[in-house]
Amino acid sequence: MTTKKQFQVSITPYEAVGVVAAQSLGEPGTQMTMRTFHYAGVAEHVPTGLPRLIEIVDSKKEPKKPLIELYLKSSYARSASQAEEVARDLSSVFVSEVATVEDDLSDRTIAVIYNEKEAKGLGVTFAALKKAIELTYPNIKVLDNRIIIQFGKQKKKTSGEEVDVSLKSIRKTTNKIRETVVKGIKGITRAVVIRDNDEYFIRAAGSNLVGPIEHPAVDQTRIYTNNIKAIEKVFGIEAARNSIIREIKQVMDMQKLFVDIRHIMLIADAMCFSGTVKSIGRHGLSGERVGVLARAAFEETVKHLVNASANSESDNLIGVTENIIVGQTVPVGTGKIKVAIKSKKSK
Amino acid sequence: MTIQKKLDRVKFSIFSPEMIRKMSAAKIIIPDTYDDDGYPIDGGLVDTRLGIVDPGLRCKTCGGRVKECPGHFGHIELIRPVIHVEFAKNILFTLRSTCLSCHRITTSKSQLQEIVKEVEKEAAEEPPIKVSKGKSEVAYAATEDSGVPALDSPEPLAPQEKKAEEKPKRVKKEPKQSKKCQKCGFDLIDIKLLKPTTFTKGKETMLPSEIRDWLAAIPDDDLRELGFDPVYSRPEWMILTVLAVPPVNVRPSITLETGERSEDDLTHKLVDIIRINQKLEANINAGAPQLIIEDLWELLQYHIVTYFNNETANIPPARHRSGRPLKTLAQRLKGKEGRFRYNLSGKRVNFSARTVISPDPSISMNEVGVPKTIAEELTVPMSVTDWNLDSCKTYIMSPEYPRAIYILRSDGKRLKVGDTEELRKQMAEDLKVGWIIERQLVDKDIALFNRQPSLHRISMMAHEVRVLPGKTFKLNPVVVSPYNADFDGDEMNLHIIQTEEAQAEARYLMKVEGQILSPRHGHAIIKPQEDHVSGLYFLTKDDTEFTKEDVSNILYRIGITELPESDCKGGKYSGKMIFSLLLPSDINAKIKSKLGEEIVIQKGKLLKGAIESRAIESELLEKIFILHGPEYTRKFLDTVTILALEVISMSGLSVSLKSYSLSKKAPEELKKLTDKLNREIDNLIIQYKNKTLERSPGLSLKDTLEGLIMQATAKAREDVGRLVEEDLSISNPSIIMAKIGARGSLLNAIQMSAIVAQQAVRSKRLARGYRGRTLPYFKPGVLTGKERGFVFSSFRKGLTPYEFIHHAMGGREALVNTAIRTARSGYMQRRLINALQDLIVYPDLTVRNADLSIVQFVYGGDGKDPVYATKAEVADFAKQDDVDTA
Repeated sequence: MTTKKQFQVSITPYEAVGVVAAQSLGEPGTQMTMRTFHYAGVAEHVPTGLPRLIEIVDSKKEPKKPLIELYLKSSYARSASQAEEVARDLSSVFVSEVATVEDDLSDRTIAVIYNEKEAKGLGVTFAALKKAIELTYPNIKVLDNRIIIQFGKQKKKTSGEEVDVSLKSIRKTTNKIRETVVKGIKGITRAVVIRDNDEYFIRAAGSNLVGPIEHPAVDQTRIYTNNIKAIEKVFGIEAARNSIIREIKQVMDMQKLFVDIRHIMLIADAMCFSGTVKSIGRHGLSGERVGVLARAAFEETVKHLVNASANSESDNLIGVTENIIVGQTVPVGTGKIKVAIKSKKSK
Repeated sequence: MTIQKKLDRVKFSIFSPEMIRKMSAAKIIIPDTYDDDGYPIDGGLVDTRLGIVDPGLRCKTCGGRVKECPGHFGHIELIRPVIHVEFAKNILFTLRSTCLSCHRITTSKSQLQEIVKEVEKEAAEEPPIKVSKGKSEVAYAATEDSGVPALDSPEPLAPQEKKAEEKPKRVKKEPKQSKKCQKCGFDLIDIKLLKPTTFTKGKETMLPSEIRDWLAAIPDDDLRELGFDPVYSRPEWMILTVLAVPPVNVRPSITLETGERSEDDLTHKLVDIIRINQKLEANINAGAPQLIIEDLWELLQYHIVTYFNNETANIPPARHRSGRPLKTLAQRLKGKEGRFRYNLSGKRVNFSARTVISPDPSISMNEVGVPKTIAEELTVPMSVTDWNLDSCKTYIMSPEYPRAIYILRSDGKRLKVGDTEELRKQMAEDLKVGWIIERQLVDKDIALFNRQPSLHRISMMAHEVRVLPGKTFKLNPVVVSPYNADFDGDEMNLHIIQTEEAQAEARYLMKVEGQILSPRHGHAIIKPQEDHVSGLYFLTKDDTEFTKEDVSNILYRIGITELPESDCKGGKYSGKMIFSLLLPSDINAKIKSKLGEEIVIQKGKLLKGAIESRAIESELLEKIFILHGPEYTRKFLDTVTILALEVISMSGLSVSLKSYSLSKKAPEELKKLTDKLNREIDNLIIQYKNKTLERSPGLSLKDTLEGLIMQATAKAREDVGRLVEEDLSISNPSIIMAKIGARGSLLNAIQMSAIVAQQAVRSKRLARGYRGRTLPYFKPGVLTGKERGFVFSSFRKGLTPYEFIHHAMGGREALVNTAIRTARSGYMQRRLINALQDLIVYPDLTVRNADLSIVQFVYGGDGKDPVYATKAEVADFAKQDDVDTA
C-alpha cells in the first residue's frame, strides 16, 4: 500500500521536466501585467511581473532598480530612531546635496559652497566635506564656507609640454565633484526604515553588499538584495540559486499566478549548476549547448555552422532539437525506453 | 518491416577543392541558363547533369526523372582564389597566431604552456566564459597575445539575429609579447582585417593567393594546436579556388503565367560569378594591366561574398532588378523563416485537419466531434490480423463512408481499393493477415487536438474521435481552458496518429482525462466554468426544490434511471440531494464558501451550503481525481456539467439594463461619496500648494500628492463598491456570478451601475496631452479629479466626452501592453525551452542534461511529481517513508 502510493507521487523517469518547467514559467508570462511596483520611499518603479522575470532569467549584471534590505542586530532593531540613525549612516550623501558646486571658467576655479542648513540635516560637517573633496583633489583652498579648487597647468601626454587644463575638463570635474560621496556607503541611497512586526529594518536603493556587511549595526545573516549577481559574488553560488528561486517566486506570487516551486528550482539549478550564474539565452545556457545543430537552430545560425566546420566539430545528436532536425525519435520520455516482446516463434 | 537507420552523428568540415571537384557532376562555364528553345545549355547553370526540375527530361548523371533525381553538385573553377567571408575571422586568427616567415605558431612551447597555465589559473579564480568547443584554448590564447587589439567595432547587427558577436574572449594582462616569432626570430607584422575581406600586413594589402600560400604552409602539428583538423578542415580551404554549384533542385526556376522564366536568386548570383570569372580570365590572358585585374578580382570577391551572405556588414547588398535584396545562402538558413527554424525544427505533416471549433456540451470532454467530410478524408492504418480479418474485409467491401481506401501488401506495394463491387470483392478475398489497410476515420479512433499558440503541453491532448454532422470540430466547453480556446471563430488542428505504438502512448499519456490537473501547479485546470458554476450554485442553493417530473428529466439526462426517494415536503426533491447522487461516498469536506457560508459534505452527501467555483474545484474535483483516478473524474465532470447546464436551462440566468440600475436613494449616496472624494482631493491640493503636505520618503512633493490622490480615488471606488453591493443585493444575477466565481467581478458591476472611477496610464493619473492638462477643454494646471481622468459617470449612464477620451487613454495603454507582452513573453519562453529542453529525470531521480551532466541530484529536492506532490493526503502519506531529500 505504502509503496503503491509512493510510486504514484514520484516523478516519472525520463519525464521532460525541463520543458515542463520552462512552459510553467513561460505560459503564465502571457497573463502577467507589466505594472511596476511601488516600494514605500525607495525606488518608485521597481519592475515586477514579466519585465522582472525576464531580468532574472537574463541574469543581468544589475537589475533596473537594485534594492537592498538590511535587517539590524537586535540592539538596534527595536527602536525606530536608532534604525533611522543607521539608515542615515548608511545612505550616501553627495556633495551636491550639502553644497553648491559652481565653476568659474574665466578664473579656472571650482567653488564648493557649503550649505549649512541642508548639511546639518544630513549630518555632514564642513570638515567632512573638505575631507571628501581632498581625497581626490588635494590642492584646495578654504575661504569661510567655500572650498576652492584652482586649476593650473597639465603636462601634455604626447609632447610633454605644459598646457592649461582645458575648460571642458573643468566642467567635467565640476560634475564629478557634485557626484562625489561625502558620507555613507557608495551605491546605497534613499535608505528608509520600515517596520516589520516588532522590529525595524532598512530598505534602500542600491545593491552594494560589502559596505553594509561591515557596518556594526547590520545583521549580516539577514542581508538581502534583489541583485542576484551581487549575491553570487559575495555569498556564492548556492546563495545566488536561492535568491533566483526567491525572486521568481516573489514575481509569481505578486501576480497571484501559482507555479510549483519545483519548476522554479529547476530553472534556478539549470542557471547555477555549472558553478556560475548563467543566463537563459544565447550568451548563456543556450549558447553553450553541446549540439551544433541545436545551437544553429536557436540563434546565430551561420556563426555556429561556420565555427563547427572550421573546428571540424561533430554533433553527436544527443539532444532534442538535433534529433528533430534529422528526423529521429527524440531521447525523452517514452523515446528513451525500448520494449522487447518475446515473439511466438522463438520459444 | 523496413530496417531503420539511425544517425549516430553529424560531422562538420570544410570542403577541400579536390573534394568539390570530385563530387562535381559538371564544370560550369557558361553564365546562362536556357537556350532560345528553352532547353538547358550544356555547361550552363541548369545543365542537365546537375539534376532536373522540368518534367519530361532525364538527369544526365543518374538518369532519374523529376522526383527521382536528388540533384548533383557542379563546380566553377575560380581563376583567382577568393576569401570565404564567413571564415574571415578564422583566417585572421590563424594569420595572427602564425609566423609570416616560418609559418609556425609564433609562441614557443614553454610560452604556450605558461599561457595555458595562466588561463587555467584565471579560470579557477574568475568564472570563465567557455571557449568555443573543439578549438583548443591555446589557439585563442595565442591569437590574443599577439598584442593586437581584438577585432574592431562589432559589425552592425542584423535585426532579428542581432548581436552575432563572437564569443567573449579572455583578455590577458600578459606582459606585452615581444613582436618576434619565438621559433625563428622573425619580426612579426600586424595583420589586420578590414571588413569584410581585405587583409593588411602592416600597410600592405594581402592578396588572397598570398594568404592561401601562407595558410597552406602551416605544418599539421601546428594546425592541430590551432584547432583545425588536417584531414577535415585545413585553413587554406577557407580560401576558395573552386566554387561548388548547388544542384538545380536547390534553386529551381519558376515559370510565370506569361511563360516567362524566373530564376532563383542563387542562380542569378552564380551567373554574376561566372561572368566576372570569365572576364577576369580573359583579361589575365590578354595581359591586361595589374590594376584592371585587381579590380576584377575584387569584383569577383564581392559577388562571392554576397553569394554566401547578402547581409555582410560594410558592403552593399546585391539587389534584384526590382531593387529587392537577393536572398542568398546565409539568408536561406537564418532566422524564423530560415531553413533551420522553419523546415528542420518544424515540419509539415500529413494526416491532419484544421477547422473552426464550436461547443458541444453533450459529448464527453474526452471526445472531439469531427465533421464527416474530414473523417472521410483522413485515414488510419489498421494491421490485418486473425482477429480483425472480417472487419477489415467489411471495410474493403463497403462502398461508402466507413471504408478502406488503400491496402498495403507485405511486399510494400500499395493498392487503391477499387471502385467497382467486383474489384472490391476480389480484394477482400485476397486480403492476407500481415497486410495493412488504410481505412477512414471512425468513432473511438484516437487523435491529437491542438490549438496555437501551444504554450504548454496541455495545448495538445488526445481525444477520441466522434464523427458528427456539421463542418466544425466540436468540443466540450469544459476543455477550453487548457487550450485557452473560445468559440468566436477559433480554429484548431487535428492529427491522426499513424502507428500503433504512438496511438497507445497517446491513449495512456495524452488523453484529456489524464490532464485534469495542470503540471504547472497541480490544481485542476479542466474544471466547471461559467454557466456550470452558476448551474451548480442554483442546484445546490438551500431553497432549490424540484418536482418529480423535473427530477425525472434531469436525472434522465445524466443517465440515472432510478428515481431516488423524495426528501422534501410535498414529494419534492432537494437540489442538494440530486447533486449528492454524483459524489463518491468517500468525499468529506468542511469549508467556507466564497459567499461566507459553510459547506459541509459528509460521506458524499452535500449537507449544507451551496457549491461555488472554489468548492467544486479544490474540494471535489481534485479530491476525486486523487482518490478515484482520471477516468472516474472524467465521468464525474461529464455528468456534473450536463447536470449544471440542465439546471441553469430550467432556472435561467440573464442580465439586463435593469440589473444595473440602482435604487432611488442610491444616487444621493453616490453623490455624497463623490463629493467626499472631491473634497479630499481639493484638500490635498491645497496642502500641496501651501507646501504643508508631508513628503513621503524618497518621493518628490508632487509625487507624494499624486500618490495620496490615487489612494483617495481607490478608496472612493471601494466605498462605492460597498454601496453598489448593498444596493444591487445578492439576488442580482451579475453579483451572484461575481460572488460564486462564475464570471465577471464586482468591479464590472460597479463600473456599469455607479462609477467608472480613476483612469490611469503607467499607474499614474492622466497627465499627458497638452501643457498642464489632458485636453484643451480644461484650464492648465488644475489637478482635481475630472481633469486628471477620474470618470464620475457609469457605463450605464454614459460618459461625458472628456471622460470618454480619458477612458480611451487608459484603454489604449492596456492594448499596447498586451501587444508588447505577448511578443516579449513569447521570446522569453522560447529561450527558456531552448535552454531547458534536454533536461530530463533519470530513473535514479537525478535531473541531467543531454551530455549527462547533473543539474539536480534529486528532482525538486524530493523527487515528487508536482501534480501529485501538492495533494495533501497523498503527500502526507508519502512523508512517512521519504526516499531522500537532499
